[in-house]
Amino acid sequence: MNKVNVDTTRVPPLPSIPSYAPVLRRVKDRLARAVIALGGGGVIIAIMLIFCYLLYEVIPLFVPASMTFRASQSWTENEKSITSKKGSSNEFGLLDELGEVLVYWNDEGYVLMRRQSGERIQQVRFRDVISAPDNVKPRVVPNSVTNAPTFALLRPGFLELFDIQFDVIYPEHGGRQVVPRIQPTFESPLVLPDKLADRNSATRHSAINRETFTDAVSTFRRTEDSLAWAGSWPDGRVVVQKWNLETGLFDESLQAVADTTYVVDLPDGAAQKLLLGPNLRWLYAIQPGGVLRVYDLQRDRPAIVFTLDLPDQREITASQFLLGSVSLLLGDSGGRVSQIASFRNSDNTYQFAILRHFDLSDAAITHIESEQRRKGFVTVDANGQLFLSNTTSERVVLTHPLNKNRVGLPVLSPRADTLVMVNTAGIHAFDVQNKHPEVSWSSLWQKVWYEGYAEPDYLWQSSAANNDFEPKMSLVPLSFGTLKAAFYAMLLAMPLAICGAVFTAYFMAPSLRRKVKPAIELMEALPTVILGFLAGLWLAPLVEQNLVGIFSILFLTPLIFLLTAVGIMALPVSIRHRIAPPGWEPLVLIPALIVSISVSMSISDPIQSAFFGGDVSIWLRDEWGITYRQRNALVVGFAMGFAVIPTIFSIAEDAIFAVPKSLTQGSLALGASPWQTLVRVVLPTASPGIFSAVMIGFGRAVGETMIVLMATGNTPIMDFNIFEGFRTLSANIAVELPEAEVHSTHFRILFLAALVLFLFTFVLNTTAEYVRQRLREKYGSL
Amino acid sequence: MMKVSARQWFRQGHPWVWLNAGAVAISMTMVFGLLGFIAVKGVSHFWPKSLVEFDYTTPEGKVEPILGEFLDRETVSAERLRQTHVALASKVEFVERVQVKVGNRDVTGRDFRWVLNDYITAPRYPEQATVFERREWGNFYGYPIGILENGQPIPASPEDVWPMLSERLARALALHDSIRTIEVSEIGRVNYEIEKWRLKRKAHELNHTYTAERQAEFAAQQARFDTEYKTLQAQLRTLYQEIKRDALVVETVDGQQKVLEVGRLVRAYQPNNMSGWAKALLYVERLREFVFDEPREANTEGGVFPAIFGTVTMVMVMSIIVTPFGVVAAIYLREYATQGPLTRAIRIAVNNLAGVPSIVYGVFGLGFFVYAIGGSIDQVFYQESLPSPMFGTPGLLWAALTLALLTVPVVIVATEEGLARIPRAVREGSLALGATKAETLWRVVLPMASPAIMTGLILAIARAAGEVAPLMLVGVVKLAPNLPMDFNAPFIHLERKFMHLGFHIYDVGFQSPNVEAARPLVYATAFLLVAVIAVLNLSAVMVRNRLRERYKSLEH
Repeated sequence: MNKVNVDTTRVPPLPSIPSYAPVLRRVKDRLARAVIALGGGGVIIAIMLIFCYLLYEVIPLFVPASMTFRASQSWTENEKSITSKKGSSNEFGLLDELGEVLVYWNDEGYVLMRRQSGERIQQVRFRDVISAPDNVKPRVVPNSVTNAPTFALLRPGFLELFDIQFDVIYPEHGGRQVVPRIQPTFESPLVLPDKLADRNSATRHSAINRETFTDAVSTFRRTEDSLAWAGSWPDGRVVVQKWNLETGLFDESLQAVADTTYVVDLPDGAAQKLLLGPNLRWLYAIQPGGVLRVYDLQRDRPAIVFTLDLPDQREITASQFLLGSVSLLLGDSGGRVSQIASFRNSDNTYQFAILRHFDLSDAAITHIESEQRRKGFVTVDANGQLFLSNTTSERVVLTHPLNKNRVGLPVLSPRADTLVMVNTAGIHAFDVQNKHPEVSWSSLWQKVWYEGYAEPDYLWQSSAANNDFEPKMSLVPLSFGTLKAAFYAMLLAMPLAICGAVFTAYFMAPSLRRKVKPAIELMEALPTVILGFLAGLWLAPLVEQNLVGIFSILFLTPLIFLLTAVGIMALPVSIRHRIAPPGWEPLVLIPALIVSISVSMSISDPIQSAFFGGDVSIWLRDEWGITYRQRNALVVGFAMGFAVIPTIFSIAEDAIFAVPKSLTQGSLALGASPWQTLVRVVLPTASPGIFSAVMIGFGRAVGETMIVLMATGNTPIMDFNIFEGFRTLSANIAVELPEAEVHSTHFRILFLAALVLFLFTFVLNTTAEYVRQRLREKYGSL
Repeated sequence: MMKVSARQWFRQGHPWVWLNAGAVAISMTMVFGLLGFIAVKGVSHFWPKSLVEFDYTTPEGKVEPILGEFLDRETVSAERLRQTHVALASKVEFVERVQVKVGNRDVTGRDFRWVLNDYITAPRYPEQATVFERREWGNFYGYPIGILENGQPIPASPEDVWPMLSERLARALALHDSIRTIEVSEIGRVNYEIEKWRLKRKAHELNHTYTAERQAEFAAQQARFDTEYKTLQAQLRTLYQEIKRDALVVETVDGQQKVLEVGRLVRAYQPNNMSGWAKALLYVERLREFVFDEPREANTEGGVFPAIFGTVTMVMVMSIIVTPFGVVAAIYLREYATQGPLTRAIRIAVNNLAGVPSIVYGVFGLGFFVYAIGGSIDQVFYQESLPSPMFGTPGLLWAALTLALLTVPVVIVATEEGLARIPRAVREGSLALGATKAETLWRVVLPMASPAIMTGLILAIARAAGEVAPLMLVGVVKLAPNLPMDFNAPFIHLERKFMHLGFHIYDVGFQSPNVEAARPLVYATAFLLVAVIAVLNLSAVMVRNRLRERYKSLEH
C-alpha cells in the first residue's frame, strides 16, 4: 500500500458504491453513516449545549415579576363587627411562613382565618377580653418593626403586648397544619410613666399625664433584651419609655423592668407618626408638612441628628422600615417613595441620607409593606395601583393596577410569594412570582448606594452571618480583578513570548529549534495548580523579602544581555563563532541571566537596608501609604505570565515561521540586514498571527482559576496598586458556587459570571481564529 | 575603526536580536528551572536528614538545648524581626536565621522554630538521637531510654533498648495491618451490605410490598449481620488489647520523659547512626509509603495513594467516554459532512472550546450533570435513598463527563489532523477495489489514523490529569472515605466522590492548618503530578513523530 502514488489532482469524482455489493454491506454502510452522523452531530450539539444551559440558568434572573389573582373571601357577619370599623388607619396583618394563616387586627379586635380553605379560626374583640372602663377604647399601637409577630394595645396608663405564634402540628390523618396562637407576652400589662416633668421646659408645659396617652400617636419596638415605647403629646413632646427584658429565674416567664424615660421636644407640634430604630437608638418622628426628624436617644439627652423636609408641600403618607431597619421608606402624597438610611461617616459618627427615590405614581402612597427576607417592598397608591420594588436594584419589578374592590391593606407572606389585600369587603389573595428582584443592570454593573455605606460603590459580598443583610452583587470588582490579573500576566508574557517566538522562528539554528519548541510547549501542559502553589507558598514570600532584587532583575537583565552581546562582538570571529555561533545565542545568555539574578538577589538586602530602612513593604506603607499584601498582583503576574507564555509563543512562532521564504530572501537579496528584514517584512506579514496569539493568551489569562485562587488574597477590592490582592470572576465561582443555594439569586449570578467568561473568551478566540484563517489564505498561495 | 563597526552593529539591529535571544533564554531557564526546582524539592523530602543537637542562646540570654533537622536558611532584615518583638542590637541590619524542625508538637506545641544562626553553639550529631514517626502529632525527636510491657518496665541496658524496640515495632505494625484489614475491608463490606438491605427495605416500603414474609426475611438478614458484626468487633477488641501491650519511654532533649505507645508509631530510625546504604533503603521505603499508602493527619503526612487512584480512575473513565465521541465527531466532520461555511464554522467553534476557561465547564457540569441529570436519576431510580442523593451530588461519573466535554475538542482536532494527512489516493484505492465507504473507513482510514487518535487521547489525558478548577465543583473532595473501586459489587462506584492529586496540592498547601509541616509533601505530590503529565506529553510527541515517519513515504 505504501507504494500507491497517484496524482490526486486528475482523479475523477469518487465512484458510487458498486451495484453488485451485497445488500448486507450496503445496509452496514448506511448504518455506519447514520451512526456517525448521529454521533458526530450529537457531540457538536452537546458542545453547544454548554452555552444554552448557562443561558437557561441565567435567564430567570431577568424574567419580569408577575402577579395573579387567586381567590377572595368575604368577611362573615361576626367578623364584620371587627373589620368594618372605619375611620382609623390602625390596621395590620400577618401571614405565617407558608402564607396559610392570616392574622388581621385593628383597634376593635383580631381575626384569625385560613386563607385558602376559608376556615375561620377565631374572632376576638379587645373590649371583651380586656378589662377597661366602657368609655375608654383600647388602641392598637403600631410596631416599628415590619411584620413582627407582636402587637400592643394601649389603654389608659398601660401597655399590653401580645405574641402571635404559628405552631406547626402534624395531625394523624397526615399532612401538616398551622395552628395560630395569640397570647400576652407579659403576665401583667406594663405601666407607663406617670406625671412626667420635662426637665428642660417645665415652665412651658404642664406635666404629662399618663392617663391621657391613649389618644396619642405612639409606637413600640422589641429587641432581644429590651423594649421601648414612644408616644407623642399634642404640644410636641414625645415620651420614650424603655424596659429591660429578663427571663424569670424559675419559670420561663418574661419580665419587663422599667429603665430610662426620655422626653424629646419636637418643634412644630405633635408627630403624625413615630418609629423606633434598631437597638432602640433612633427615634423617627414624622410631622405634618412632610417633615421627618430623627433623634439620637443614646446621647446624654436626645439630640436631633437629621431633618428632612419634603419639597412642594408634600405630606408623608406612608412609612415603613425596610428589612433590617437600617433604611426607612417614606411614601409621600406626590407618589414618591424615598429610602433614608444611616451610615457611619469618616469621623465614625452616624449620618443620615436619602439613598434613592422611586417615583412610582402621581397619586399619594397609601401603604408600604416590606418583604421579610429581601430588601423589597410593596406599595399601594391612592389610585389603587400596586408596585413591587427592590431597593438594591433600584428597580420597580411590577406595576399592577388593582381591581377597585380589592384595594386595601397589603399583607405579604414571609417568602413573598403570596400577597393578601385586606379591606372591609374581605380578603383577596394573589400569587406573586418575583424570584430575583435584586438583580438589575445597575446592581450588577453600576455603583450602588448600599445601606450602611457613605456613598455609592462597587461591592461584591454575597453572604453574611445575619439574615437581614443586603447582598452586594456587583460584578465590577470581580471583572476588574480579572482584567488586573490578565493585565499583569500579559505585561510579563507578551514581550517574553513574542520576542522568544521571533528569535526561535527567524534566527534560531534549526537543530536547536527542534528542541526548544517542544520544551516551551511542554510548559503549557504544566498543571496550573502547581504554578499557583509555587506562586503562593514560595514566590510570594520570596518577593516580599527581596522586592528590590525582583525589580532589579527586570532592569538589570536586558542590560547584562546587551553587555554580553557587546563583549562577544568584540571577540575575534573565530572564537566568537565557537562560543556563540549564529542561531545559538540563547545558550550563551543563560549564564548571563543567572549572573543577573544572583547579582540582583545579592544587592537586594544591602539596598533595602540602605534606602528603605530594611524592609520595603514597611517603608511603602509608612512613606507612601501603599499597602503591601504578600499575595498580590505582582506575584500573580509572574505565575500567570508563566502559564500564558507557551500559548502565545507557540501560535506566534507558527505565524512567523509560516512567512514565505521567498519574501525574506527577496528582502535580504536587496541588501537589508536580517533584523531590517524581520522588522519591515516578516513582522508586518505575521502581525495578524501574532495578534491572534496575544488574543488567545489573553483569553487564557482571563479564565485561569487555580493560580489566582492560590496566589491572591481573594479579596474583592478595586485598587490599581500592584501590591494589592484582588478576586477574579473565575476564582469567585470556584470559591462560592459549592456553597451557593441551588437556583437562588446568588447561584444564578455565579452562572452569569460563568456565561460572561464563556462569551468573552469565545469572542476573543473566534476573532483570533478568524484572523489566523485569513492570514493562512492570504499567504498560503505565496 | 571599532567605533564605526559598533555603530554599524547597532544600525543592523544586532542588539535587538540579542535581546530576542534573551527572551528565549529566560523562557528556557524558567521551564527547566521550575521543573528542576520541583524535582529537587519533591524528591529530596524522603531522604532521612541528620538530627542536630545544639545549644541555643535566645536573644534574651536564656540557653536551651534543641534537637531537630535543619530545613532552611535565610537572611532577614533585623527591622522585620524587631517588628515581631525580637530583641536585637540596634546596629544589626541583617541576621541569618535557620528553620529547625523540632517536632514534639504535643510537648512544645509547635513543629518548627526559626533560630538565629549567631546564637547557635556546640552543634553535635548524637548517634542515639532517634526520629519517631507517629500516626498522630507528627514526628517525635528524642532518645529512647526504656520499654514498658503492659505498663511494667522491662529491665534492659540502654544499648538493648534499640534492638528490642525494632522487634516490638515490627510486631505492632503487623497487628496494625490486621486491624486495618478488619476495619476497612471486613467491616466496610458488612456496612455496605447493611446499607444495601436498608435501601431494599425502603424500596419495598415505598412500593407497599413490604409483606410479613419479607419482614421475616429482613429480620433474619439483620440478625446475621449483627452476629457478623459482633464477631468482628470481638476480634478487633483483642487486637487492640494486643497492640497496646508495648510502650516506649523516651526522653526529649531538655530532659522531659514521655511514654510513647509502640502501636501508635509508624517507624523509628536513628539517622546519625545510619550508613548511606541504610539511608537509601529508608528512602525507598518512604517513597513507597508516599505512593502506596493512605494519608494521615488530614493529608499532611503519609501517602497519596487514594489521590493517585482517584486521578487515574477518573482519567480512565474520561478516556472511555471521550475517545469514541471525539473520533466519531471528527470522522463526521472530515469524511461525511459537506465541506462548506457551516462545517468551517463548526470547526472554529470546536477549536475555540479548547480556549474556554475550565471553570466554565465545571459550572456547567455542576448545574447540568449533577443537579439536572443526577437529580432526575435519583428521582426516577433511587427513590428509596432520598433525601440523601446518589447521583444528584458531585461524583466520579460527573467529573469524568465534565472533563470529557472539556477535552473532546482536543481529540477532535487531533483526529481530524490525522484524517487530513491520509492521502486521498489511499481511500480511492480502497473504493476502487469495491469496498464500501464504511469498510474503507474501518479497514483503511481508521488504522492509519490510529496514531493521531492516540496522540489526541494522550493530550486529552494530560490536560485532564492537571485540571483542578472544574473538579472542585463536580466531585473532588479533601478526604474520600472509600476508593471509587473496591470488592463490593458492582466494583466500580461511579457515584462516589474521589481524591485527586491536583486538588490534594491545593488543599494541603492552602487549606490545612499546618501548612509549614505539609509543604515538603506538597512538593512531592507536585513532582509526582508533573512527572505523570510530562511522561504523557512526551509519549504524545513520540507517537506524533512516529506517525509522521509513517506517512513520509505516502507523501510526494
